[in-house]
Amino acid sequence: MDDSLSLQTKPEIPWRLIGLLSLAAALWLLAYNTIQPLANWIAYTLLALPQGSRLGESLAFFFYDVPKIILLLGGMIFLISLLRTFFSPEQTRAMLGGKREGVGNVLAALLGIVTPFCSCSAVPLFIGFVESGIPLGVTFSFLIAAPTINEVAVVMLFGLFGWKVAGLYIASGLVIAILAGVVIGRLKLERYVEDFVWQIKSQGEGVVEKLTFQERVERSWESVKEIVGKVWLYVVVGIAVGAGIHGYVPESALSSIMGKQAWWSVPAAVLLGIPLYSNAAGVIPIVSALMEKGASLGTVLAFMMSVVGLSLPEAIILRRVLKPQLIAVFIGVIGVAIIITGYLFNWIM
Amino acid sequence: MKNVKILGSGCANCKRLEQNVRNLADKHNLQLEIEKVTDYAEIMKWNILSTPGLVVDGKLVSAGIIPNDQRLLEMLQ
Repeated sequence: MDDSLSLQTKPEIPWRLIGLLSLAAALWLLAYNTIQPLANWIAYTLLALPQGSRLGESLAFFFYDVPKIILLLGGMIFLISLLRTFFSPEQTRAMLGGKREGVGNVLAALLGIVTPFCSCSAVPLFIGFVESGIPLGVTFSFLIAAPTINEVAVVMLFGLFGWKVAGLYIASGLVIAILAGVVIGRLKLERYVEDFVWQIKSQGEGVVEKLTFQERVERSWESVKEIVGKVWLYVVVGIAVGAGIHGYVPESALSSIMGKQAWWSVPAAVLLGIPLYSNAAGVIPIVSALMEKGASLGTVLAFMMSVVGLSLPEAIILRRVLKPQLIAVFIGVIGVAIIITGYLFNWIM
Repeated sequence: MKNVKILGSGCANCKRLEQNVRNLADKHNLQLEIEKVTDYAEIMKWNILSTPGLVVDGKLVSAGIIPNDQRLLEMLQ
């Protein structure tokens, strides 16, 4: 056990690990650039389907998108996780301490993107923030941004819609988290926090970890395995359905029901998204195919945010610390904000 | 005998951490008294922000992560 102590005193450059990572990056790039020709080869040469046929189009789409999205998820979640090992909820709390509302809300939403967060930890995080004196509204900005701007959703939007839509999604998520936090703060809802929360007095200093580079890499690899292991099946099924729509549904078939003209499509998309919690991986490929067939961007973004950000399980978890009135305000404020975002993008695009 | 507390309200990672602790205890013949703490008022006494938390002999040694086996063993010994 003495090794670990000596490790801290002489930081060595982990050349072997750097070499391994470079090799992995090269292989990743090679694979990423091979899948398009490979998918076409499988569909049109191996299976001998005629170019332009519906089945051929659908299959080529499927064989291209599945490995592309899995590779993107693997590579980008690794990088995002690596970045996140430099952040912790404890540091975030320290940074938010003493910040006014406004500045605090903006910072909380931004930190919500990079701080490692699992909705199963929403309760200790909420109590810990509120108890250390961080305003309720600022705490909510964090609690809205962290799950909404989620790595799987962002990576898949990037892979299937491109960087512009992924960027719009992140920006809207930030704005919603900031504004919803400000509104909740202004409403002075402290009395709707369960009483036991105010009585908790934590002692202890928490733990601060010092990680070696190797441990950061190991941990990032663990989260890649965990997340990809959890979502890959949804990705495959979602892309299969999307590929079917891509090949078989006629162009602009959906513009009358999911297009800009249909004013009710945005609230309907938000309602539909609520029960689909945590299935972003399966939903995004389908939505991407729908957009190709005439669904409008605002409706699509609103749907996505509702799937990821308005989650019933998280509301149920937070019920432990929030009275029903505050849960209702929390869901209502985010719901309205998402609907406004949807209309806004339908209107400007 | 060391007292080990696992702080967390039944999340998947809390269960994994408990399993890892038990496996290590078996493998290295550690005498541990393992306790699960699921009540938030109790959990928050250790001032953690993410679960699972691991407390050894009344001292918080890790929070929010599942330490790798090597680290975990150091914490438990």
